[in-house]
This record gives sequence, C-alpha cells and structure tokens, in this order.
Amino acid sequence: MDLSWMAWTGPTAIFFLVILMLVIGMGVWEYFVPGGSPRVGILRFETTRGDRLFVSLLGSAFIHLAWLGLVGPNLWWALALSVVYAVGVFRLV
Amino acid sequence: MDKSWNNKAWFLVLPVLLLVAFSAVIPLMTVVNYSVQDTFGNNQFFWAGTDWFSDVLSSARFHDALLRNLAFSAIILLIEVPLGIFIALNMPRKGLGVPFCLVFMSLPLLIPWNVVGTIWQVFGRVDIGLLGYTLNSIGIDYNYVSDPFDAWVTVIIMDVWHWTSLVVLLCYAGLVSIPDAYYQAAKIDGASRWSVFRFIQLPKMNRVLLIAVLLRFMDSFMIYTEPFVVTGGGPGNATTFLSIDLVKTAIGQFDVGPAAAMSLIYFLIILLLSWVFYTVMITNDAKG
Amino acid sequence: MTNSIPAASQTSLDANAAMARRTRRSNAIARYSFLVPLIYIVLLMLPIYWLINMSFKTNAEILGAFSLWPRDPTIANYMVIFTDPSWYSGYINSIIYVVMNMVIAVAVALPAAYAFSRYRFLGDKHLFFWLLTNRMAPPAVFALPFFQLYSAFGLIDTHIAVAIAHCLFNVPLAVWILEGFMSGVPKEIDETAYIDGYSFPKFFVKIFMPLIASGIGVAAFFCFMFSWVELLIARTLTVTDAKPIAATMTRTVSASGLDWGVLAAAGVLTIIPGALVIWFVRNYIAKGFALGRV
Repeated sequence: MDLSWMAWTGPTAIFFLVILMLVIGMGVWEYFVPGGSPRVGILRFETTRGDRLFVSLLGSAFIHLAWLGLVGPNLWWALALSVVYAVGVFRLV
Repeated sequence: MDKSWNNKAWFLVLPVLLLVAFSAVIPLMTVVNYSVQDTFGNNQFFWAGTDWFSDVLSSARFHDALLRNLAFSAIILLIEVPLGIFIALNMPRKGLGVPFCLVFMSLPLLIPWNVVGTIWQVFGRVDIGLLGYTLNSIGIDYNYVSDPFDAWVTVIIMDVWHWTSLVVLLCYAGLVSIPDAYYQAAKIDGASRWSVFRFIQLPKMNRVLLIAVLLRFMDSFMIYTEPFVVTGGGPGNATTFLSIDLVKTAIGQFDVGPAAAMSLIYFLIILLLSWVFYTVMITNDAKG
Repeated sequence: MTNSIPAASQTSLDANAAMARRTRRSNAIARYSFLVPLIYIVLLMLPIYWLINMSFKTNAEILGAFSLWPRDPTIANYMVIFTDPSWYSGYINSIIYVVMNMVIAVAVALPAAYAFSRYRFLGDKHLFFWLLTNRMAPPAVFALPFFQLYSAFGLIDTHIAVAIAHCLFNVPLAVWILEGFMSGVPKEIDETAYIDGYSFPKFFVKIFMPLIASGIGVAAFFCFMFSWVELLIARTLTVTDAKPIAATMTRTVSASGLDWGVLAAAGVLTIIPGALVIWFVRNYIAKGFALGRV
C-alpha cells in the first residue's frame, strides 16, 4: 500500500505527535484523577480539564491565524501568546 | 438517569471510533500536510511553510465567499425561523389533518439535494419554468442565469422551500408537548393570543428552536449541492459560497496547497461553531 | 355599600362578556388557521408538480408551448430511463451503496449508543463531541484527500468506498438518534435481565433491540436518507462502475442540448423512495432531524 500521497513532513509529524501526547496525557491524568475537576469559570458554564484543553488548542489555532493575517509570518510570537492564553484558560475558564 | 462508571464500555464504542477515524483522521492529517507544501503532481512535494495560509487569509476571493456565506445564512435564518414558527402555530393538533401536514411538509426534506437543485433550475427558467415564465409574463424582469440579484433570490427561495419544514416540524414537536391544562388555565385568566404565545408556547419551543437555529446555521454554512446545480456559483461569482469555492480550487484547478489551507480555516470555523452548538445544547440539557 | 355589589357583579359580567367576545374572535381566527398550513403545502408542492408535469411531456412540448399540464401525456421519458443501462444502473448503484451504508452504520452505532446511554467512561463526553464535529464538517473539506485515501486502498469506483465514506456523517447521526431512544428505556430492564442470567449479547438482541425497534427503524431511515441525498463525496469517489444516479443527472445537466423530459423523469424517480417510507416515520421525523433530542 502506497502512502506517499499523505506527504508527511517533519514539522507536521511533530505537530500531530504533540497533539497525540496531549490527548494521551489527558487520558492518563483522567484515569488517575477521574472526574476532570469540573467547575464553572468566567464563561459561566461547567468545564472539565478536557474542555479547557480543547478551548486552549482551538483558541491557539485562531491566534496563529490572526497573527498570520494581521502581523506577519513570524509565528514564534503567536506561539508564545498561545501559551499565555492556554495558561489563562486553565486558570480562569 | 444515573449512569454507572465502567471503562469497559470503550469496547462497545471501538467499532464506531475506528470506522469514523478512518474517514476523518487520516484525511484531516493529509490536509494539514498539504497545507504547508507545494506540489506539481506525481507526489512530489516542496516545503511552502505558512505561505498558503497567508495567501488565503489575504485573498479577496476567500473573504468574499465567507461574507457571502454569512449573508446567506443570516437571510435564510431570518426568513425560515419566523415563518416556521408561524406555520407550526397554525397546524392542527388532532384529526386527519395532522398526518396529512406531517407527510406533505416533510417531502422536500427527503428529496436528494441535487434534485432540489434541478427542480429549481427548471422551475425558475424563463422559457420552460412555471416561476420564471409567470414572473416574466406579468412584467417582472427575472432571469437567474444572468442577473446576480435574481440568482440570489432564487437560491434563497430554494433554501426556504427546502428547509422551512424542518423548523416547522421541530416547533410542532415542541408545541404538542404542552399539556392542555396550560391552555385552559390561560383561557380562564383571559390571556390574549399574544400572551399565550409569549408566556406558554415560546418557552416550550425554546429548546427545539435552539436546535433548529443551530442546525440551519451549520447546514447553510456548508451548503454546496443545491446552488451548485442551479447556478454553478454564478453569474460570475455571485453565488459562490465557501464550499463551492473550495471544490473549485481543490478539484477544478487542483491547487492542492491553497485548497488545503482553505479547508483548514473553514474547518476551524466549523469546529468553533460545533463547540458552541454542543456546549449550548449540553447546558440546555442540564437545565432540563 | 348596597349598590357596590351589583357594580362588582356588573364588572365581572363585563369581564365575562369581554372574554366571551375574545374567545369568539379567536375561534373565528382558529376556524381559518387551517389555511396557513394548506397554502404552505400548496406552495411546497408547486415545484414538485412542475417536475412531474414535465416528466410526462415530450421534449418538443416542453420547449415548444407553455402549458400547465401535459397536453399529450407520454411515458416515453420513463421508458428511456428503464431501458438505458447508463440511466438505470445509476439507481442500482445508489441503492447498493445506500443499503450497505445503512447496514454498517446502524450495526456499529447500536453498541456505541448503548454505551453512551448507560455508562460513563474515560473521555465519553469528548468522544461524543468529536462525533458531532464529523456530522457538522463540510464534505468539501474532505473531498480532496478522500480520493487519495480510497485510491491507496484500491477502493475507487466501488460501492463499499461510498458506503464507508458516508459513514463519516451517518454513524454519528445514528448514534445520536439511537442514544435518544435508548435513554427512554428504563435501566431496571437491563438489571433484571442480567439477574435472570442473560449474557450481554443475548440480552441486547433478544430483549433490548425489540424495545427500541422504532428507534432502529428511524435511525436506518435517516442513514438511508442522508446517504441518498449526498452528492459531493459520492461523485468524487466514483468513476463509472459505481456512479450514483445523482451524478448521472448532473452530467446530463451540464451537457448542452439536454433532454428536459428525461431529466425530470429521473428526478421524479429519485423522490419516490423517500415519499414511500415517509409515512412510517412521520411521527419521528422531528426527533431524527433534532439529532434525537426532541
């Protein structure tokens, strides 16, 4: 079976590995501390750990797109901003 | 219902997981890979970084398609939701009329989407279609093939024709769940028709209306087949919505990189909307 | 003090009269309210009538004179479809992959829906959300890599390829609808059956499935319907051997000098399956469209 059409590259492979590790990590965390520590944050509905991870990742994607569209192709700053955002989400949402 | 905690339930979900992952995850990963590369065919790829994303984000064509799509969704929601509520309120509650209404109203929902397109393509034609012919013979200059405004009107009427019944059915399902006692109490209080609607019927329809609005918004945001068959995205680019534009780029021009970048941006928007949809529904469910 | 009592009863009489008047007026409105759905249905049927009308006309009559009903009814258009393999094979292809998709989707969705309706497990809510995103994802996003994916497995232009691809949105839908129906079955029934010594598979097939038979029917109907109406993916994955009727029709549309009568007849024939089964699901159709949540 020829899978060369999938056209893997180093950076995208790392990207998906990181996502995979995050999901596995969340699974392990959930397994040992079940329940996902639900709470009602500033968005005024109940979120669990997994929800907060999802909001962080999705928000980061939009931060990167906005940076690309409004500022320029240097995405390291966008990445830094995303990390700050993710920390904020895990603290407040 | 109280659910017991049991991780063995994973085995029951596994077939679904594998089946959907095959069709969803592998293509999605491929799209991500394509979006950062350029190709001239033959599976030879060159690193392009984030160029395609920059291109798409700054392309007027993408902005136009996105705006068109948003405008389309807004217009059809503004028409379909009030119209659907109005019709549902006037539907009979019992007797022979009920199955009659349900069956005939559902009919447009079950027609293949390309046939919906074909029906309206024929119906609107000025030479052989009832709508186009009638409009022209009473002196209205209507031609959806050449006039962008008429093309828009046709696509919107088509969508209203196709999907208003969905809103009607959902609202009706909400209305019949109101016990008779509520109406009798309102009658004794001498409540006006408006206050019956405002304080009894609308709150009961809240939940189904939410589903109807979200579903119609999501589905109209990815509409492809019907306008494609009627107008092919034209005249010019007047009815080229996001999906049509995407398919044109991906399969028509075979611009794999830009199409992949566009797919991802489109997908992220949809993902955000689905998340809002899901959260709103879950929060609503929890309230009961 | 003495004349205040008649005054009070007078006001209440007035109120009664006002209420009666209001009721009478709302009854008068109610008497004509049947007109609203009636007019709506007539408007809905007009375009469909026009299609049926055209399917019984010859091409010359369609293009020649404008008429509200066929002057010279003919079934020649239908004969063309039933005798030309390139037309009727489209229907056969569509039916084959739609039925395959329906069977696969319902079969895998049944245990999953049971799991979601009865148990909590690691990551269940996120799994459910992920399924939802697949129902909501625009097929256009997947059109490009689908072709390559199914080529790599040598599945292009086969019925099973379309059937599996349509599972992408039909499996989540089936899981939802079934989960909705299953949650309506009290959990005590499961527990009693296990105490009586039923194994899980035996309980599921012998006791549980008959209880949610209508739910299975509705889920199957919606899988059938959404697979039947989808065009983009089906067209992308097929070339000739498994080409669906929908794609056959669009090909004819884009050709110049097309035969309107045959096109209309083909359209009418695609509406018939839905029109036939709609009677059986009329009471559940709202539930199905609402993803099992009405």
